[in-house]
Amino acid sequence: MKIHEFQAKEILRKAGVPVPRGLVARTADEAAAAFKELGGRLSVVKAQIHAGGRGKGTVKSNPAQHGVELVKSAADAAKVAGNLLGQALVTIQTGPAGQTVRQVLVEEGCDIARELYLGIVVDRAAAAPVLMVSAQGGMNIEEVAAHTPELIFRERFHPDTGLLSYQVRKLAAKLGLKGASVASAEKFMKALCRVFVQQDCSLAEINPLVVTGPSGVTGSSGVTGPIGVTGAGDLLALDAKMTFDDNALFRHKDLAELRDLAEEEPMELRAGEAGLSFVKLEGSIGCLVNGAGLAMSTMDLILLHGGSPANFLDVGGGANVQQVTEAFRILLSDKNVKAVLVNIFGGIMRCTTIASAIMEAYQQVGFNVPLVVRLEGTEVEEGRKILAGGNLDIISATGLTDAARKVVEAATVA
Amino acid sequence: MSILIDKNTRVLCQGITGKVGQFHTKGCLDYGTQMVGGVTPGKGGETVLGLPVFDTVLEAVEKTGADATMIFVPPAFTADAILEAVDAEIKTVIAITEGVPVIDMVRVYEIVRRSKSVLVGPNCPGVITPDECKIGIMPGYIHKKGPVGVMSRSGTLTYEAVWQLSNLGLGQSTCVGLGGDPIVGTSFVDLFRMYQADPATEAILMMGEIGGTAEEEAAAFVHRHVTKPVAAFIAGRAAPPGKRMGHAGAIISGGKGTAAEKVAALEAAGIEVAAGPADMGTAMQRAIDRKRR
Repeated sequence: MKIHEFQAKEILRKAGVPVPRGLVARTADEAAAAFKELGGRLSVVKAQIHAGGRGKGTVKSNPAQHGVELVKSAADAAKVAGNLLGQALVTIQTGPAGQTVRQVLVEEGCDIARELYLGIVVDRAAAAPVLMVSAQGGMNIEEVAAHTPELIFRERFHPDTGLLSYQVRKLAAKLGLKGASVASAEKFMKALCRVFVQQDCSLAEINPLVVTGPSGVTGSSGVTGPIGVTGAGDLLALDAKMTFDDNALFRHKDLAELRDLAEEEPMELRAGEAGLSFVKLEGSIGCLVNGAGLAMSTMDLILLHGGSPANFLDVGGGANVQQVTEAFRILLSDKNVKAVLVNIFGGIMRCTTIASAIMEAYQQVGFNVPLVVRLEGTEVEEGRKILAGGNLDIISATGLTDAARKVVEAATVA
Repeated sequence: MSILIDKNTRVLCQGITGKVGQFHTKGCLDYGTQMVGGVTPGKGGETVLGLPVFDTVLEAVEKTGADATMIFVPPAFTADAILEAVDAEIKTVIAITEGVPVIDMVRVYEIVRRSKSVLVGPNCPGVITPDECKIGIMPGYIHKKGPVGVMSRSGTLTYEAVWQLSNLGLGQSTCVGLGGDPIVGTSFVDLFRMYQADPATEAILMMGEIGGTAEEEAAAFVHRHVTKPVAAFIAGRAAPPGKRMGHAGAIISGGKGTAAEKVAALEAAGIEVAAGPADMGTAMQRAIDRKRR
């Protein structure tokens, strides 16, 4: 589950991780008011969407406006907010259509001496959470990882013991942190590792993590939170990205409330509510499959035969009439879909059950595109008879290759 | 022979009194698995499908001599159930449950790897040694006894592969579903080691998918330590980055874990890679034929 930057910063603030003071604004007036309340000479107005690359990103209808901008007055804050709110912001992560900005974060500025990178993920190979830091802050960390991986330093830690002091000292040395910055790093890193485990995060990324500058201009405005006042050389999270383990949300009711449904793909949202696993893609062949591995393979199969999958859909072990009906409805609501392929390997699930569900759903939903069904497994012959007997235009396939050829052809002539 | 389980394995079901646990215990019993009891805290003394139910795994082991367990406990309690089984020194722990938090598995993994137990899963269909023992939710009838060791991160895709193998006359020694989560108890490398050492396994088929580096690690292991013919299929060539494709572990993140990279690593190790899901059985046949020549 993803959340906005402003929500992540609030979580970090409560956990004792230093973040700049900031206020959320949903109108230009609110942005102006926020600027005044923060009381500084300088603020940053940041678009809040569930995608990165906002700084370089631009408003689709007004490419002069970036997703993040420094402002020096309440009037400017209002102007920038006005340019962003309600507009589609296009970044390298949003795709060409961009994502609509519904709120901005107005944040106090600070003097930046250095920009670092800090991130925590659960490393599968190590089967442990790993803290990664790099002096290449503010940059695309994937590029750093690809071209200069030796510039990224890692420390794995145990969820219950947390990050240890010697590990902080190792990392501080690699980053060239000195004096008071080391103590600040210890508090920052340990607190972040703690919140990562406590909140069941999948990712906690601070990019950039800044070391505040020596002039201390904004030092007096301070940071909220028990860590203390920012002076020179303190660490501060200038950006914060946190995602959470979906499997753990059952034990974080407060986190689940932070979910912003407006940021999610509507079809995926609808599918989730019906208990279906669904990912929307750009192609023309809708798929309905039981099992994630088989569903991915079905997409691959379509590609192999020259077609393009419109989606990933795993109907799971259930696949009753209601689910199949809802799945069909979701698939057909995609205007790009020119044909649908149902690929079911019935193990415990019997092909007769599935065939009946398909027949009923087909009639309820009303298909206007060709439907190819490939069944295999328990009671397959009886299942195929049910499909053939209904006098409907369902195209039956006898194997994976046959199914792929038929559906690709159907989508091409449509 | 086989790996992990055989006709002598004595199996418990943790979560036997639940609907799903009971349903699949029956499926295993019907297949001929030696199910010997179940565990549901608080329901000790009851009987399900003629099997005794116990409050603790320890008591169940003492009373039945069980050496394997099939876990159908809800995700909030799965880690605890796994650790209980490990504590009772059950040799083979198979966790079917989907939805276990990753941090729970971080804690479990460390403990399991230091123990004498083997954990398969979670979020897996289970393990089957055809004609001898089924511990899981797979349809038994599609399997045939034979020389191919199967390992897969998926459920129904495995059935697809097994179906193809059986139809080609290539039976299976054992089939292991690793599970779809990012952290699972047994890796491809672990299974390659077991299959390489198993006299009844003459060839090995692996089904992987996007996300993580398990297939790349397997390729390196195969290159150095596996002499038997190996074929593989990687699902998710069409998957976009950053999106979770059903399985919690099936996600390309930070540019890593793409199908293309995995295929390249496998081919570099001399493994026959199936062109598509319809080619899994035939890829195994090709690998076998290649080794023969």
